[in-house]
Amino acid sequence: MLGYLARRLAMTIPTLLLVAVAVFTLVRLIPGDPVQVMLGDNVDAAQAAQLRAQLGLDEAIPLQFLHWLGKLATGDLGHSITNNLAVLPLILERFQVSAVIVLVAVAAATCIAVPAGLIAAWKQNSALDLAVVSSAALLLSIPSFWLGLLLLLLFGLKLKWLPVIGYVPFSENFWQAAVFMLLPIVTLTVLEIGVLTRMARAASIEVLRLEYVTHARAKGVPEWLVLGRHVLPNAFAPTWTLIGLVLGHLLGGIAVIETVFTLPGLGRLLVDSIFARDYPVVQGCLLFTAVIYVVVNLIVDLCYPLFDPRVAVA
Amino acid sequence: MRWRANTVIGGALTALALGTALTAAFWTPFDPLRVNLRARLQPPSSLYWLGTDEFGRDVLSRVMAGAGTSVVVALSTVALAISIGVVVGGVAGYLRGWTDRIIMAVNDALLAFPGILLALAMMIVLGANKSGLVLALGLAYIPSVARVVRGTVLSIREKEYIEASRVIGNSELYSMVRHVLPNAVAPVAVLATSMFGWVLLAESALSFLGLGVPPPAPTWGNMLAASRPYMETAAWLSIAPGLCIALTLLGINLLGDSLRDRLDPRMAHG
Repeated sequence: MLGYLARRLAMTIPTLLLVAVAVFTLVRLIPGDPVQVMLGDNVDAAQAAQLRAQLGLDEAIPLQFLHWLGKLATGDLGHSITNNLAVLPLILERFQVSAVIVLVAVAAATCIAVPAGLIAAWKQNSALDLAVVSSAALLLSIPSFWLGLLLLLLFGLKLKWLPVIGYVPFSENFWQAAVFMLLPIVTLTVLEIGVLTRMARAASIEVLRLEYVTHARAKGVPEWLVLGRHVLPNAFAPTWTLIGLVLGHLLGGIAVIETVFTLPGLGRLLVDSIFARDYPVVQGCLLFTAVIYVVVNLIVDLCYPLFDPRVAVA
Repeated sequence: MRWRANTVIGGALTALALGTALTAAFWTPFDPLRVNLRARLQPPSSLYWLGTDEFGRDVLSRVMAGAGTSVVVALSTVALAISIGVVVGGVAGYLRGWTDRIIMAVNDALLAFPGILLALAMMIVLGANKSGLVLALGLAYIPSVARVVRGTVLSIREKEYIEASRVIGNSELYSMVRHVLPNAVAPVAVLATSMFGWVLLAESALSFLGLGVPPPAPTWGNMLAASRPYMETAAWLSIAPGLCIALTLLGINLLGDSLRDRLDPRMAHG
């Protein structure tokens, strides 16, 4: 068990390092002189030189990378060009919004998808199964931003039940914040149900075919106990891995949902910074999202033995 | 039974999307770019089947032209990602050892970015235009292809017929091209089908954010983005492009499922 933990932890170090290299290289690949782009056309040489030094762009590239890594280690991601705010606190503030949406949506989707997949597998090839499979295929095909727009159109504009734009932080007023978060969370929940149901169903079908299920039934274990005790725990492991991927996928695509619902989250920060050519913030957002993705998958893998003890032994 | 329904519905929807894209290359009811301010925001009618947008442009023509853009972007992207991914994954899987370790370390680091985020990041470097989009999305999806191909090649190269090819004196390269790669076609075909769907979705999302194909060229994503201010008065603008994305994706997904069921008998009828 400890060996598994250590191995899995050690595996993330080269990954994180390469992620850092990738983000660093990417920002340096942007055509044109970043200082020129940031300051505009009519800059005096002194101002340009000062910004160049401030960004560390006057050093050799490998040296720039080492300095940047050193700063990263102390949590210093630099300062925004547009408003001179420190990048890390800015990202953390925006990340709270995105994290709430994504985590609640994935949790809700899992609670619906796993039982749905299990029941569909149990009644495989029945009308119920067909209904579950078809709905999942349909949900997989709806773009998040379109569903978001349609929900806004229905609940915001036609029925006027929910606000169309705006945002209140949870720290200010919990209920109002929840009202603004409701539609984005519902949108993502509905869509992720599609992916997770398919996985839960496929995994349950595999487990239902195994001999210990037949054995449990043969010795007279009631069907609900067979499903709950023997099938569900074993079918949950592959779904659990997928949850990590889904979380990362949602974080990557969160900008779209935040644009539809005008929420000040991390994705919106990234896109706005791209348009404003605010490279330190862009760099910070990319790095932060990639690190979160790596960490989430690490946590998922570390918890995996809880659902499937065979992994730790292997 | 089910895979047959999947194949028929999926095939029909995919054919509809491809056919529309092809038709739009030669003919659309109106010029998708022609501004007609006297016909602004017209609801669907017998003249404008899907209505007109805020510049009086025919929505049906724009949706058709959008199909063309999406299909061209998706096909080029998939072709790019597959051709490079097969080489990278094939080399890693066949040579193994340090080459494999180094390639896969870089590959896994790239996989640590969600694909759409990687594409988004690369759009900053490449600029928001069609070729930039293809390059960005293509590069973003190479790691997934490389991973699948490497896994397949690793398992194929242990098969007896590869051993036999080596024993009768064929070179490594010959065995690789003649015997290993053709046997990796099935998993790559399944992947390419799903990837077509991912790319279509990613392209719409990027265009929706304003980081994909720039206006006035119509794509389903930028049409949806442009429809937002008129949602209350002109809902048809938000419905048609989204429905096109959803139906095309549904077609591709169903087709992908039936392909996978056929090629992976373990999942058949499952």
